[in-house]
This record gives sequence, structure tokens and C-alpha cells, in this order.
Amino acid sequence: MSSIGTGYDLSASTFSPDGRVFQVEYAMKAVENSSTAIGIRCKDGVVFGVEKLILSKLYEQGSNKRIFNVDRHVGMAVAGLLADARSLSEVAREEASNFRSNYGHNIPLKYLSERVAMYVHAYTLYSAVRPFGCSFILGSYDQDDGPQLYMVDPSGISFGYWGCAIGKAKQAAKTEIEKLQMKDMTCRELVKEVAKIIYIVHDEVKDKAFELELSWVGEVTNGKHELVPKDIRVEAEKYAKVCTTTTSLLHGISVTWVQNNSTFKMGKKKQTLNISLLSMVK
Amino acid sequence: MEIDFMDSQIKGVSTGTTILAVTFNGGVIIGSDSRASIGGYYVSSKTINKLIQVHDRIFCCIAGSLADAQAVTKAAKFQISFHSIQMESPPLVKAAASVLKELCYNNKEELQAGFITAGWDRKKGPQVYTVALGGMLLSQPFTIGGSGSTYIYGYADAKYKPDMSREECLQFATNALALAMGRDNVSGGVAHLVVITEEGVEHVVIPGDKLPKFHDE
Repeated sequence: MSSIGTGYDLSASTFSPDGRVFQVEYAMKAVENSSTAIGIRCKDGVVFGVEKLILSKLYEQGSNKRIFNVDRHVGMAVAGLLADARSLSEVAREEASNFRSNYGHNIPLKYLSERVAMYVHAYTLYSAVRPFGCSFILGSYDQDDGPQLYMVDPSGISFGYWGCAIGKAKQAAKTEIEKLQMKDMTCRELVKEVAKIIYIVHDEVKDKAFELELSWVGEVTNGKHELVPKDIRVEAEKYAKVCTTTTSLLHGISVTWVQNNSTFKMGKKKQTLNISLLSMVK
Repeated sequence: MEIDFMDSQIKGVSTGTTILAVTFNGGVIIGSDSRASIGGYYVSSKTINKLIQVHDRIFCCIAGSLADAQAVTKAAKFQISFHSIQMESPPLVKAAASVLKELCYNNKEELQAGFITAGWDRKKGPQVYTVALGGMLLSQPFTIGGSGSTYIYGYADAKYKPDMSREECLQFATNALALAMGRDNVSGGVAHLVVITEEGVEHVVIPGDKLPKFHDE
């Protein structure tokens, strides 16, 4: 849904005749060019998953992180211009730190996301600066308030969610997230589903290699936000790979069946399917 | 209670008051005497209120220089009120105590005031915090402060029990104040007590002649 705002899109301090601020909308388009990040809240925690595209084989594994720690109990997953996201993570860290220094306890996530959203919004008011070209998802876990998930976008708006997605495949990811019953799931179950969703929305044709960055915060980590431990991540990726390959195989079979319309050929394909499934599970 | 520098050159000496706060099962009682004195020679007020309400369920009692304490609590009351509106929920007692602590610590050169903050919040229930002269913040089940407190440390340590009922706690606090006011020359007047629970806040004022009497009086 692209439109050109000729003449009214040169600065963030200008409205268009139909009441839009084009610079902010262009900033959101910058987010849509980046790879997907999702965050889902379950009954005892929050899980983040980021599809980190590997642009060069020379990159060290685990470098160019897209998930940041804002405070001990708060994590932040980003999409969009990474440099903008990094500077905003510093802003969020300072807010959380000042709050703790003044009031002696962990910053509530609703308040933190409102403060950072206010900061992002300030950059959409003046022509001297450009809006931030990144969206981010904040998640936290507190013993009394439970898990919380908030998303902030370049316009400076923040909402609370049970599940949200940002980046190029956000529509597809949202559809997958809506299928989940996250209110009844635990973090351990959710980690596998998050990995599965990232694998599903990843476009094998356009973007080849990617690294899955997973992090969580919840009762399972005692309220501390951290990257998912390696063994759990490996297990989640295995589950994700099985699910996505099964789906594509089944998809392939149904297509062939419709094309051939013959039960004999269907029987043969069924055998092949069983064998390949077995080999994968092993 | 202006500072008489002849008498209190050592920093850390509280002057002219008895204050206390005690948690019980379901709430907290905060209490003080009502005497303001100048240098221990002249009672400048017999009925001063040392219990300041900083929010709906959070009270603060003051010790030390009255001027300093009033200035600090005024600033703290504003900050806590603003914080509570921004957060869209009542403030935590810890947050209120932290605000006081920041004011005391950052201005420790100029100020000579100590506080006891007590209140009730949804997260941790009834709590008591001491903010000492230089800005130390400490959480305790009960605490006593002011010059009169030195005379009742034994009584408080012996008679305090965790999880008291409201009546037991009220009796404990009244007795403690009465004993301190009986021995400390710069504490006296009436006993002000405030009972803070989830339901609300109740003021109890006990005039000097209605205070419990102990056998040596």
C-alpha cells in the first residue's frame, strides 16, 4: 500500500492534505525492510524470536545481536535500522536505571514503554531531526504483575500485546501467532512454537542463510532476561525444522495428488513420505 | 525544634522527639509525641503534628530539625504524588522511602533530619522503612527513632512480637510512647497514632493525662 506524498513528505513537521505525516510512514517502511522479530507472552513468561539474516559468511556466530537486555528483568527485540535501535536501547537502559535509582525497585514495563515511546515520538515533531527507523518489542516478568509484552513503533505509540510481530514477514507471523493458545502455554512449550514460526515465515528463496536468536524471561529464569540456553535452542530448532519440512512435504503431496488424480501414485508418495519422516526424526 | 549547635555538635544525634512505627497483621501503626522544643529549654509547641501523610496509605514521621524535615517532606510529597499519577497506581512504600532517601543523601551536608516511613501497598502489604540522617534506607518490621527512643529500646525489643493483632499493636505503641515521653524531657504532649490498613487510615490521639501510667509516676 504505497503512495507518494509529493511535496508534503520532506520533513516530519509537515502534514499532508489528507492528514498524514509521511516521514513517519516512511520510517515504518524502513522497519518492513528488515527481517522478522516476534514476541509472545504466555502464562509464566515472555519469549522473543528473531530471524537474523546472515549477510556474510565471515560474521562470527552470535554477533550483530538483535535482542538487548534493558534491565535485569526486561528484554528488547528490534527490527529496522539497527543503529537507531541500539541508541534507543541505551535510552531505555537509562530510563530503567534512573527509575531504580529514584524509587528503589524494578521499573514496571508499562511505564518504561511509555517513556521510551514518548522519546521516539519527540523525534517525529521537528524538521531538524528524522524519526527513528526501528520498531521494538519489550518484554518483562515480575512476580506480582506477571509477564508483560509491549511494542513501540516509529510513530511513538506503544501498546500491550499477548503476541506481536515486526519486520518483513509480520503479517504471516501474526497469522501463525493467532493460531496459538498462548495464555495456557508455559515458556518451555512456547520456545518451540516461536522457533517454528520463525522457520515458517523465513523466505528460503529470497534470503538464504539465517541465524535464529531466541531469548526468554519468566518464572523459568527467575525473572531474569537471558538468551535461551544452547540445548533448549537446539531442541527448538529441531522441532521447527521437522514441522516446516513436514508441512512442505504434505503440501507437495496434496498438490501432486490433485494433479495426477490417481490413487496408485498417491500410495507410492505416502511410502516415500513415511521413510523421509522417519529419517528426519532420527 | 531548631538546632541548638551547643547541644548537638555531633552529627547523628536526633533531637527532641519520640517516633515509632510497628507492623502488625494486616497493617502498620505509626506514632509520635507532639512536643517541639528549642535547645531543650523551651517548649515551642505542645501539640505539633509530626505525622505527615505523603500519600493515601503512606505516612512519614519526622525527627531532627523541624524546618529541614518540613522542607524535605513537602518536596517528597510532590514527587510521590506525581510519580503515582504517572504510574496510574498507588506508589509502593519502598518508592516513597526511596524518594526521601534520595533527598536526604544528595543534600546530606545541609540537612539534619531523619524519617520513618510506614504504609501499606498492594505488593508487599504493611512495611516500615527508616531513613537515617545521612540517607541510609533500611526496612524493618518495627523501628523507633528520635531522642526519646533511647529510653525504650529495652521495652521495644522485649515486647515486640511479629504478627500482632491491631489492638495488641496499638497497646504496644501507646505504652512505648508513654514510657519515652515519661523519661525524655524533650518529648511530651499528646500521643499521635495512625493505623494504616488496606481499608483506610485511622487517627488516634491520646491526650497526656489519658496515657497509660507506670508504677513510678
